[in-house]
Amino acid sequence: MAIKGTDIVKRLPEGGKKNCKECGLPTCFAFAMKLASGGSAIEKCPYISPEVRSGLEDALAPPIRPVTIGTGANALVVGDETVLYRHEKTFVHQPGIAVLIADDESVEAVEGKIRKLKELKFGWVGQTLRADLLALQNKSGDPAKFTAIVNKVLPEVDCPLMLISQDTDALLAAHALCAGRKPLLYPVTAQNLEKVISAVKAKAAVLAVKGAGVESLVHLTKRLKEAGLEDILLDPGSRDLQSAVRDQTLIRRAALKQGFRALGYPTIAFPCFMTSDRRRETLLASMFIPKYAAVIVLSDIDEHSLLPLLVQRLNTYTDPRIPMSMEEKIYPINNPDAGSPVLITANWALTYFIVASEVEASKVPAWLCVKEAGGLGVLTAWAAGKFSGDSIAPFIRKCGIEGMVNHRRLVIPGKVARIRNELAEALPDWQIIVGPGDANEIPAYLPALVKSWKG
Amino acid sequence: MDYKAPLETYTGKIKEVVIGRGPKAIKIGGESILPLHYFEGAAARRPVVALEIDDSGAAGWTEWAVEPYQDVVSDPLKWAGKCLELGADLVCLHLESTDPQGANRPAAEAAALVRRLVKEIDAPLIVYGCGDDKKDVEVLVAVAEACRGENLLLGPAVKENYTDIARAVAENGHCIIAQTPIDINLEKELNVKLLKQLPPERIVIDPLSSALGYGMEYSFTIMERTRQVGVVYGDMAMQMPIIADLGRECWKTNQARADREQGMLWESITAMNLLLAGADILVLRHPDNCRLLKEAIEGKL
Repeated sequence: MAIKGTDIVKRLPEGGKKNCKECGLPTCFAFAMKLASGGSAIEKCPYISPEVRSGLEDALAPPIRPVTIGTGANALVVGDETVLYRHEKTFVHQPGIAVLIADDESVEAVEGKIRKLKELKFGWVGQTLRADLLALQNKSGDPAKFTAIVNKVLPEVDCPLMLISQDTDALLAAHALCAGRKPLLYPVTAQNLEKVISAVKAKAAVLAVKGAGVESLVHLTKRLKEAGLEDILLDPGSRDLQSAVRDQTLIRRAALKQGFRALGYPTIAFPCFMTSDRRRETLLASMFIPKYAAVIVLSDIDEHSLLPLLVQRLNTYTDPRIPMSMEEKIYPINNPDAGSPVLITANWALTYFIVASEVEASKVPAWLCVKEAGGLGVLTAWAAGKFSGDSIAPFIRKCGIEGMVNHRRLVIPGKVARIRNELAEALPDWQIIVGPGDANEIPAYLPALVKSWKG
Repeated sequence: MDYKAPLETYTGKIKEVVIGRGPKAIKIGGESILPLHYFEGAAARRPVVALEIDDSGAAGWTEWAVEPYQDVVSDPLKWAGKCLELGADLVCLHLESTDPQGANRPAAEAAALVRRLVKEIDAPLIVYGCGDDKKDVEVLVAVAEACRGENLLLGPAVKENYTDIARAVAENGHCIIAQTPIDINLEKELNVKLLKQLPPERIVIDPLSSALGYGMEYSFTIMERTRQVGVVYGDMAMQMPIIADLGRECWKTNQARADREQGMLWESITAMNLLLAGADILVLRHPDNCRLLKEAIEGKL
């Protein structure tokens, strides 16, 4: 529900007919159009009244407020989403994954979780994937224990922090220990709202409000906004899959389709409080990734549960219009040597994944040369002129494969058998072999090929 | 400004497809809401979960996915029974051994097997050919004829081979799986062509299911768009139920092969996503995941 330039111009001085040019643009109409597209700032107009200005600022603000948790290089920005479905445009700010530590856990458990948060990192399509936040929960009910764990953790981690306590005094005391790091505080409810407002300064915390149902959040966020506290996350309190789908959908729609400001904030989800079974918890977290959560709190992380969630998050938040691509280089598979076969393919990440995993499954050591092709698959890349004999030949010459193998045999994808002759002309010292048309034939094909060379 | 819940009403309705016959028939589809949007209207019925079996003794299956069936994989009949015992709503048979690049089992043998299965097991049956365009025509036509009147869900029919398969499906009283390679335009084109041979109540869409990390988001988005086009915009050529045959894709990934729990999650997370996107039939391999996804569908998770 973004405001249009034609609506803005009516609110400008003299109904948008002043045309003083002091903003640097030739007309008020041009200025209004710039404002609507985010290309100018309201301050540029010297004649606008404060009321109109604040009204316009409100109308021009993103429908879901961008919220930064933490400070410095590891700060996490969430929110500022503009669509309900990724195919409409793209989801932009990946949800933060938080690991929960309760203050009644054993020292070993606490240290184990901190270590996992720091050390669990995965390389995936050229990116490094990892969890983002540490959540500390005052589960013991003892404020002293809570303070102790906050003090213990503070020097150990530099990621954004979340503090959780049902005891508002304990929550605020813990916040005072780390206000400079702009932690996330939870829960802010109808009961402790005024107390939190009087204790927390703007920019010193992100406040996660908890309600019972979507509607109950409205008066909480309105009051916080009045008090100048706008870094807010929403928890409608739903604790099962289908109610969560409902509430997340309603909040996102209210913000985007109704332009309802009081719900125009990112949401937080707690799979950790929805089940005690880790597999179910991971599955619930996986629902929250496409269903709009901006922070997802998990009771623990392990390699096997974190990797799939992070891959899912990456995939869900990739721009559906831009293919994922691999770096142009030679990928060794199954420890190849100078006698191992050389294969070439295009650099769409999915093409690479499928081919690489089939080569791996063949158990034959091989060199997989991935050629830059605009992130396209083999056939599309060929059609676009990016996987032709003329462009593959120079790549083979310069990529270094000629110094790595003692033979000159190159296997090309069967889908582009037609480039064989032009490639053979461009690489006269190489024997060009047409491989299978489908990657799933590789495990049968490669061993036979290698055997035929030996035989 | 007061809050008014942004509920939506939908004009389109997904067709009801019946699979199987008599007391063991199952209806799928029929919903006129977006996936899991039970807060916006009742669904005539909820998605179902099938477990996969094959006729090659689970050749190439990851060990964690075979474990629950260890003692029965050599006998598809017992294997199918076990799937139902373990909670599957229906059984999905892949005729792997008909693959010309593999065992190349003749169509008649495959048809005899399906006929035996459909007579014996106590649930509807989905039958997939091996995926070879030409061989699938032979096999699926033979299966359709041998199981006349049993109302199987048969496929894949693809743009290269749909005519003969659709004819056999229509003449012998079955339903068809319309498969296209993750492309919504090709999907609609094939549906439109099939509608000349079959009523929409006999078609199930298979937009291809990719595994997490291997293109799942493309499958997700195609299914999500298909369902929106059908329910929100009322496009009659896109109002068929969707099948997500995802188990096999997930279990063949390196990630699923590397670690049991990771494999379990690779399959269940992919299934969860495609359920959210709009799948009406989820085809899985592991019975524990079947139970989990049924919990999600029934509102118990």
